[in-house]
Amino acid sequence: MGVGRREAGRDNGVEHMRAIVAALGLTLCLVVPAWAEEDAEVRATRWVDLKHAVFGDREVTDGSGVIALDAPVRALDAALVPVTISLSAGGGAGPGRVKAVWLVVDGNPSPLAGTFKFGPAADPRSLKTRIRVDQYTSVHAVAETEDGHLYASERYVKAAGGCSAPSTKDPQVAMSRLGQMRLRLDGEAPLHDGEAATAHLLISHPNNNGMQVDQVSHLFVPPRYIQDVTVRYGDALVLSVDADISLSEDPVITFGFVPQGPGPMRVDVLDSTQARFHQDFSLASERS
Amino acid sequence: MRRRDALLLATLAAMRPARGIATPVAAAPFAMVEVAPGIHVRQGVHEEATVENQDGIANIGFVIGSASVAVLDPGGSRADGERLRASIRERTDLPIRYVVLTHMHPDHVFGAVAFAADKPAFVGHARMAGMLVQRGEFYRNSLADVLGIEEAGDYAKPDLLVEGTMTLDLGARSLRVQAHPTAHTDNDLSILDEATGTLWLGDLLFVDRVPALDGSILGWLAQTKALRSSPATRAVPGHGPVAVPWPAAALPQERYLGGLVRDIRAIISHGGDIEQAVATVGLAERDHWMLFDDYNGRNVTSAFKELEWE
Repeated sequence: MGVGRREAGRDNGVEHMRAIVAALGLTLCLVVPAWAEEDAEVRATRWVDLKHAVFGDREVTDGSGVIALDAPVRALDAALVPVTISLSAGGGAGPGRVKAVWLVVDGNPSPLAGTFKFGPAADPRSLKTRIRVDQYTSVHAVAETEDGHLYASERYVKAAGGCSAPSTKDPQVAMSRLGQMRLRLDGEAPLHDGEAATAHLLISHPNNNGMQVDQVSHLFVPPRYIQDVTVRYGDALVLSVDADISLSEDPVITFGFVPQGPGPMRVDVLDSTQARFHQDFSLASERS
Repeated sequence: MRRRDALLLATLAAMRPARGIATPVAAAPFAMVEVAPGIHVRQGVHEEATVENQDGIANIGFVIGSASVAVLDPGGSRADGERLRASIRERTDLPIRYVVLTHMHPDHVFGAVAFAADKPAFVGHARMAGMLVQRGEFYRNSLADVLGIEEAGDYAKPDLLVEGTMTLDLGARSLRVQAHPTAHTDNDLSILDEATGTLWLGDLLFVDRVPALDGSILGWLAQTKALRSSPATRAVPGHGPVAVPWPAAALPQERYLGGLVRDIRAIISHGGDIEQAVATVGLAERDHWMLFDDYNGRNVTSAFKELEWE
């Protein structure tokens, strides 16, 4: 299928930034035991540093009214913390349309969990995914609008151990369905051209972050995680995602899109071993 | 946990022998219940671990043969294990030859340190050691947060591994230990005492206290169904009364787990998501279980993750 990195919106700058953020996170994390609760001042300082690492000197303003981040205060499972990003002004066209969202889990070893870029076929009003949370932490979602403004929303999540949590109950099953995908439409209303709909994309992938231990050899499983996800409807880009090790095992991404024509919905995935996975979903026929 | 830290801790864990020497000088024995001749059970309280309960929250006990004793789960902490050992010594001086670890959870196995000096075989599921490498340090730290590092105790690395079934001879009675496919966890054992028709289920069976899913919900239902055909007439649950009629006592757990499967499948097939499931599924069961609010949401999360890939 040949989805190149450039097509997916990646460049060396992003790579470089990812490395900086990872290094910064690692340095900060080492001084704090994973199960300790930090005070507000430490968290605020960390966010200032992270913000600078990701956005440089650009101004990031309070996103109230533009972006809202929702996550359980006390996570039920630290390796699977659902987060919902609502973008109230995200839809439509014009300068206020949201073109990208950054999701940052401040206290994780690699804090930048994902960068989500919306294409012309997106309905950028909401976004959901599931993340690993390593320690009690602030989580930030930052939206960039077409006119270049950055808006941030913050949540505090009490969860710990999600990064080193065992990857799966049955590794053989996980590997046998590696790269399989499912796409489920939200709700049961039929699809109509030009009308926004919501889809849940499931990708079967262990998303090993290098912190899980193999149960038989007792050695660390080498990191293998999803790096790029590109979703198109027909030829139009819906969403491209630069992901990192903080997405949960078997990542799930929920996003809005506006169908035009028969599709199909095309999903391309690239993981950190350069393995590529591709699947087409014919949504019109699924709903008829 | 950072990778380097994790590596260091894993190395330490691998190097370290079971910590501490059991010196149960002052440990007070428990009031045990003899549920069948020679099978003694201490009922756990339906609470989370606290300083007051010393993590004595699981049903633990022992079986006395004519030649030796088998411990069936050594307890939830050093003190819990020491008191269980004192309860054995109140009854017999026979050697403690086996300490069976029904699965990896701390409330069942962190009392293992209290039996280290007896040099028993620590009997565990073949997959248990791997899970402890992954989770042992996390469990130890979590329990130490509540009890303190010394009082928390420690697990023992299982050295008699069960795949399929294994028979433990205690002299004039034998216990049949079965290793199960993934159910409550991925390393559950059940123990059948054929002579008395008693089936020790560990956390394969919860009664009164809400089941906690840490393995596979479909696997757990399937194993419960398979265990129904056991010749046993009496079961010892991991949490609940010291003994319950078998298989009748499986019903509430099957109803709860089966209900989660049914309702989550319905949500998935109607295009719903995990948050919707957490907010709604299982709530009709709320009045039937203790600690329901502490575990139901987690159970639904885990089950949803499994069932969305059916």
